[in-house]
Amino acid sequence: MSRFAVLAVVVLAAGARAAAPVSEETVHEVAAQLRCVVCQSLSVADSPSETAHQMQAIIRERLAAGESPEQVKAYFVERYGTWILLSPPRQGFNLVVWVVPFAGLGAGLVLVLVLVRRWSRRPAPAAEGPRPDAAMRERILRETAEREP
Amino acid sequence: MSGCSRILRWAIPLAVVPVLVLLAYGFRTDPREIPSPLVGKPASRFALTAFDGNRVALESLRGQVVVVNFWASWCYPACYEEAPSLERAWQTYKDRGVVVVGVNFQDKDEPAKRFLTQFGHTFPNAPDPSGRVSVDYGVYGVPETYFIDRKGRARFKRVGPVSDELLKQQIEPLLAEGA
Repeated sequence: MSRFAVLAVVVLAAGARAAAPVSEETVHEVAAQLRCVVCQSLSVADSPSETAHQMQAIIRERLAAGESPEQVKAYFVERYGTWILLSPPRQGFNLVVWVVPFAGLGAGLVLVLVLVRRWSRRPAPAAEGPRPDAAMRERILRETAEREP
Repeated sequence: MSGCSRILRWAIPLAVVPVLVLLAYGFRTDPREIPSPLVGKPASRFALTAFDGNRVALESLRGQVVVVNFWASWCYPACYEEAPSLERAWQTYKDRGVVVVGVNFQDKDEPAKRFLTQFGHTFPNAPDPSGRVSVDYGVYGVPETYFIDRKGRARFKRVGPVSDELLKQQIEPLLAEGA
């Protein structure tokens, strides 16, 4: 009897999972991450092609069957390789794409810092001359007075 | 000048080198050539209804070498180039344990049937109206051809038209393997 109960629960649970409504948002979210295979640089969500519609139908169907978005993506990756993903997975050689821009930005910042520090450390040009003595001061005053009308 | 600026004077032109290496690598690879992860794995089962109404199922072909060709009538010229070779291969090998199966990709019934009549194709040929089989085989453009061994494993994938030589080259070793 208890075995039947367990079976019933399992069947009901499976039924409930299969019947769970799939939100179009989730379908769109998965579709937006997958490459439309017959297009140039378009996602399955953005392409109006027949193939993209069929791929969306497959996504919807698999989600409705209880698969997670990750599992649905894995289904496509198994068949098309990681090429199907619009953003390359962060591993192996692909890391170059993720790391190089930030490394470049960092290197640029360091370069700017180094140069700015070096320029600001340069000694101020033209040291002050000797302070004018009493005779010089008198001459300056006299000459200024002469020029004034 | 200081050592630092001497390094900088070299570092800036040197920074171009990795970029050039990356570009050289990138331009040498063909972006249309996508390695299929399915080669070496058991080929996905499929069951389709052929244009002539018969059932075409991979399961029922176990023990034979199967050539699955994805094509479309709008795929000109590649599908038109390879069409006679496929029929020739079918005629040559059908009595030796090879089945050629055509799967019509994203096409309309009328032009597809006209294509089959034009080339006198006699091997089983079926449309894939829901696109399931094409996605299961990771098809991203036609023509694509899979070679499946007697045990049902995908052994080779050809993207682009097949020729008489290529068909022979791929079919013969699979035939020689035995069941």
